[in-house]
Amino acid sequence: MAIINSEPLPSRLAPVSNTGLTGWLKGNLFSSPFNTFLTLVCVYGLWQILPGLVNWFVLDATWGILGPEGNANEMTKQTVAACKEAGGACWSLLSVKHRFMIFGFYPQDEQWRPLLTCLLLIGMVLISGIRAFWKPWLIAAWLAAIAVCFMLMMGGIAGLTHVPTSKWGGLPLTLGLAVFSVVFALPMGIALALGRRSNMNLIRTLCVSYIELIRAVPLISILFMASFLLPLFMPEELTINKLLRAQIGIILFAAAYMAEVIRGGLQAIPKGQYEAADAMGLSYWQATFKVILPQVLKVSIPPLVGTIIGTFKDSSLVVIIGLFDVLNTARVAFSSDPPWSPFYMEAYFVAATIFFIFCFGMSQYSQWLENHLNTDH
Amino acid sequence: MKNATHTARVGSLHSSSFWNNPTYRSLIIQAITFLLIAGSAYYLASNLVTNLTARNIPIGLDFLDKRAGFDIGDSIIAYTSQDSYGKAFLVGIINTLNVSLISIVLATVIGVMIGIARLSQNWLVKNLTRGYVEYMRNIPLLLQLFFWYALLTHALPSARQALNPLPGIFLSNRGLFLPTLESDSGFYFLLFGLLVGLTAALIWRFRANKIQKSTGRQLLVFWPFIAMLAAGGLIGWLLSPQGITVDMPALKGFNFRGGIEITTEFFCLMIGLVTYTSAFIAENVRSGILAVDKGQQEAASSLGLPSVKSQRLVILPQALRVIIPPTTSQYMNVIKNSSLGVAIGYPDLVSVGGTTLNQTGQAVECISLIMLVYLCTSLATSLFMNWYNASVALTER
Repeated sequence: MAIINSEPLPSRLAPVSNTGLTGWLKGNLFSSPFNTFLTLVCVYGLWQILPGLVNWFVLDATWGILGPEGNANEMTKQTVAACKEAGGACWSLLSVKHRFMIFGFYPQDEQWRPLLTCLLLIGMVLISGIRAFWKPWLIAAWLAAIAVCFMLMMGGIAGLTHVPTSKWGGLPLTLGLAVFSVVFALPMGIALALGRRSNMNLIRTLCVSYIELIRAVPLISILFMASFLLPLFMPEELTINKLLRAQIGIILFAAAYMAEVIRGGLQAIPKGQYEAADAMGLSYWQATFKVILPQVLKVSIPPLVGTIIGTFKDSSLVVIIGLFDVLNTARVAFSSDPPWSPFYMEAYFVAATIFFIFCFGMSQYSQWLENHLNTDH
Repeated sequence: MKNATHTARVGSLHSSSFWNNPTYRSLIIQAITFLLIAGSAYYLASNLVTNLTARNIPIGLDFLDKRAGFDIGDSIIAYTSQDSYGKAFLVGIINTLNVSLISIVLATVIGVMIGIARLSQNWLVKNLTRGYVEYMRNIPLLLQLFFWYALLTHALPSARQALNPLPGIFLSNRGLFLPTLESDSGFYFLLFGLLVGLTAALIWRFRANKIQKSTGRQLLVFWPFIAMLAAGGLIGWLLSPQGITVDMPALKGFNFRGGIEITTEFFCLMIGLVTYTSAFIAENVRSGILAVDKGQQEAASSLGLPSVKSQRLVILPQALRVIIPPTTSQYMNVIKNSSLGVAIGYPDLVSVGGTTLNQTGQAVECISLIMLVYLCTSLATSLFMNWYNASVALTER
């Protein structure tokens, strides 16, 4: 008599050593003698560093402002003394200086305007990340948003008081420089990339020399050129604003890098697409705008986000020609005020966090987008 | 490109309309472009001449022979404020190349290690290195430089209370001081011995390769190589008449004298460049190794190659082809980024050029010189790396 199981037997549970916490530890930390050694080294290193960091950041840190209200000198004195005694981070620096670090020298009463500008720009960036909104109206929306931001910051109309660009600073300046650079450098980069592949010798030579020259020199030298040479090349009666000069420098710089990214995209388009467009009787511009560029932009977006991150980080270089972006306001917050000068770490930490949030966010987005746009099978 | 527009031959069939002929059209467009560019160049140049005459600034490179009158804190060649602007520029160029070269070497070593660690099976190693890469990549280099500079100048003691971790090594807010060999006859004996050892070792390696290729017999290479090098150095040292003198740094007055001085500015710029660039190189290395097909590792294992050998002989050569092009642009970025040293007072090319510009007002010449030097360095780097890339490229039949 045979015993026949008509139902499959339930599979046996994995051994305890391969599941749960033990399994995870075994697989990820102690899978071989060498791995065990590495784990021990890492744990020892963290054991040495982490308590100090936690103490500095949280346990020994000083928060808030001490001392009598209204007496600024006495308040500073007592707060700084308390910070020095506690020995940890002095987050009171933020309580005192956060408005300066975010908005720079912008008049106190008008600081809702840069705040609104920042929110508008960040909102536009977030909206532009959503694929459903990649429509022609987005370009119009960007142009409108830029105009609104500019009017908000500058004032002088609609009852807003005029604020000269020399008072602009902090986060709105950083965001504004980056956004303006991308908005103007991208079309310029596309034009340069198309020119580089043109069959007109003069145009191709011009574009190639521009791209290669700009990419070979550091941004500082371009900024120097924009701030020292541009005025010399202009007629005497025309003076260009310092901020605008820096902005032009960054745009000229970013355009060359964007052009190379777009060129990579152009090279990725199969020859058949050009031939098909020609066979349809499309003119050069029709073929470029209706057939080639839509495909180019799609493959170029992930590396373009990389270039945008680079431009965002590079905008901090305007410190060197004396503009007050968020890095410079953080620096001035502690260095121009002697009692606060020992607390450089806190100020740089805040600036680093701001840059990190934006750059890391964008790089994660670009990785997600790369997977999302990858429609290959 | 040819395929984007019609060829001239097609156009000539319909030569009824002048504008529809691509040959003429492209000529006209190029002529208009040329006129526009030449016109604006003329306009800008005439503005420049007017402006410079109004400000009494002469045009030309004559200022390079004039006395510079400013000191440079960090120089490899002898330089005083009595020297010319031309020499100051030379010091700046050497400083830029010096800090870039050292940073490139260190960043490559650290970047490769971190890139490999990113692929480790150990969860802690993988995530700690990931944190390092993300943090370094996403914070502007300038901010990192400011941070290191503030940290080193604030946290380190003054020269009088300098840290002395090992005998002869002093660390203070004035910089790092290391002992060095006195460049007398003993030093040259040592150098010569090392050279002879190196030549012998290279000959040995060449011979070992040749024997392996013709007979398949493997000779030991690594240890004989080290041994010959060490023996050469040792013999050179023993043969030198007075032996070797070590130049120890010692506290004199407010600062150290003797030994090698590594200034705080150089040190900061180097740390910043190395940490920032190594994160990018690590990502290149990681993606290069991931780009090698999994079957290659399996094939190497099935041939019986041990793990380290399969990495060195099978995986790495293929990964290198993917790694080198993006790493080349990282190397060029290091040279360009070293110009940020101007923000923390390191006398690199941009810093020296900027000072000269401020003193003489020769903005056009100074900025052109700076750009020209960077252009040449970038070209040289890309030529060298292209040559190296070609030497590791896939050889197809």
